[in-house]
Amino acid sequence: MRIPSIRGLKSGMMTLFMASATLAVLLPLVLIFAHIVKMGFSSLSPDFFIHIPKPTGESGGGMANGMAGSCILIVLASGLGIPVGVFGAMYLVEYGGSRVSNVIRFAADVLSGVPSIITGMVAYTLMVVPMKSFSALAGAVALALIMIPIVLRTTEEQLKMVPDTLREASLALGVPLWRTSLRVTLRSAMKGVLTGVLLAIARISGETAPLLFTALGNQFWSRKLTEPIAAMPLQIFNFAISPYEDWHRLAWAGALVLVTLMFALSLTARYLGRNKYQS
Amino acid sequence: MNTKVKIDNLNVHFGSTHAVKGVSIDVPENTVTAIIGPSGCGKSTVLRSLNRMHDLFPQARVTGKVLLDGGDIYDRGVDPVAIRRRIGMVFQKPNPFPAMSIHDNVIAGYKLIGRLKKSDADEIVESSLRRVALWDEVKDRLKSSAMELSGGQQQRLCIARTIAVKPEVILMDEPCSALDPISTVKIEELINELKERYTVVIVTHNMQQAARVSDYTAFLYMGELIECDTTKKIFTNPEKSQTEDYITGRFG
Repeated sequence: MRIPSIRGLKSGMMTLFMASATLAVLLPLVLIFAHIVKMGFSSLSPDFFIHIPKPTGESGGGMANGMAGSCILIVLASGLGIPVGVFGAMYLVEYGGSRVSNVIRFAADVLSGVPSIITGMVAYTLMVVPMKSFSALAGAVALALIMIPIVLRTTEEQLKMVPDTLREASLALGVPLWRTSLRVTLRSAMKGVLTGVLLAIARISGETAPLLFTALGNQFWSRKLTEPIAAMPLQIFNFAISPYEDWHRLAWAGALVLVTLMFALSLTARYLGRNKYQS
Repeated sequence: MNTKVKIDNLNVHFGSTHAVKGVSIDVPENTVTAIIGPSGCGKSTVLRSLNRMHDLFPQARVTGKVLLDGGDIYDRGVDPVAIRRRIGMVFQKPNPFPAMSIHDNVIAGYKLIGRLKKSDADEIVESSLRRVALWDEVKDRLKSSAMELSGGQQQRLCIARTIAVKPEVILMDEPCSALDPISTVKIEELINELKERYTVVIVTHNMQQAARVSDYTAFLYMGELIECDTTKKIFTNPEKSQTEDYITGRFG
């Protein structure tokens, strides 16, 4: 017969403690998601995806312009942020001396730690003030500034994992270093880089603060990139703080769509990342 | 016989370490020259100086001359990329490109730089694979991944990839050390055939292998060249007692 020892008791308590810690991490996620589904699902309708918001007082309407605006902002921000992040990482790993690399790495880490509202203010100073107008471009710059350090650091980690023997194989064939970096090193790290890019997109698709005084948002279809543009997080924010019940429902629906999108992006990123080690 | 590669007073420093100290070796054309010596004696470092692989490491400093057909490859204005086209290299561990098929691996030296006509590509693939005696083993699965091949086959693929770009000199850095005995025999036979067209420099820590495949042997110890002569002389009647001690297995 076993007598419960002090050690067994300690072990049991620690297990219990860790299990509850795990629960504390998981529970908020589940609760948030459940609540958003509960509140948002009933407001989701085809209208939500194809209509722009109706004027106050009228019922119905949707967030089509916000979704389109978010897509445009994400594409623009990716067009700026991905090349800078990826090529910056390539420079760090393949070309940079250790001192330059350390400075860039440190700068990227600081940049990723900067509160996103500050990033918005930087984009405001850089873009909105000289252009004298809030614009989609300014919003894209703000989002790109958030993307760059994420893409840069994940790409750097992936490139470092490419074995030197592959680089040498290519160089020994008389392939110039830049072509080797592009067509052998980067290509070998592609899946991991893609994972990082998807995570960065997931991150910026939910950013609100940097858009507040850059893209600004509006209630209609935008025609020019130099004009304010709607974005889902902004619309959710504006609708949620409005006093109208109808708009609150739209905000919940928007939150559901946004969270689902980010969930899907994260899952895709994880799937890609896992595949890497199987092949 | 023509001297294809002349190593003249070569010194290599890594930071504060003096890895290769004033080594001079003449490599005659269409021969196999083996560089032997205990681990860490600088033999791989010498080999990698011959196609400027040290350029990639900022902390490495190479001084002295390496003459290829009389021209110093370390001269200012010489493009290391052009040198590596003329001096190919086979590495210790087989390193085919994992994302490419067998077919594409052979012509990687062309594909990574530009385009290649399909008819030319197929011809180069077949002739290169035939020359390394791999054609019959892989001709039915050229499109499959190079990683499906055995280690020995991968190494022969890497040799095919090297000769596909028509180099003049082939450097081999312990090409058999990761292979089983049967694959080793095949590679050694191959090296023997390669010298008809190419000049081969091979680094090995296997003395029997040096004796079997090479015409000339250089013995390196602690970064210095102890002796360099015909393989026959080195293995039967070496000048220096250190060489004799090493080849008879008294140290190293």
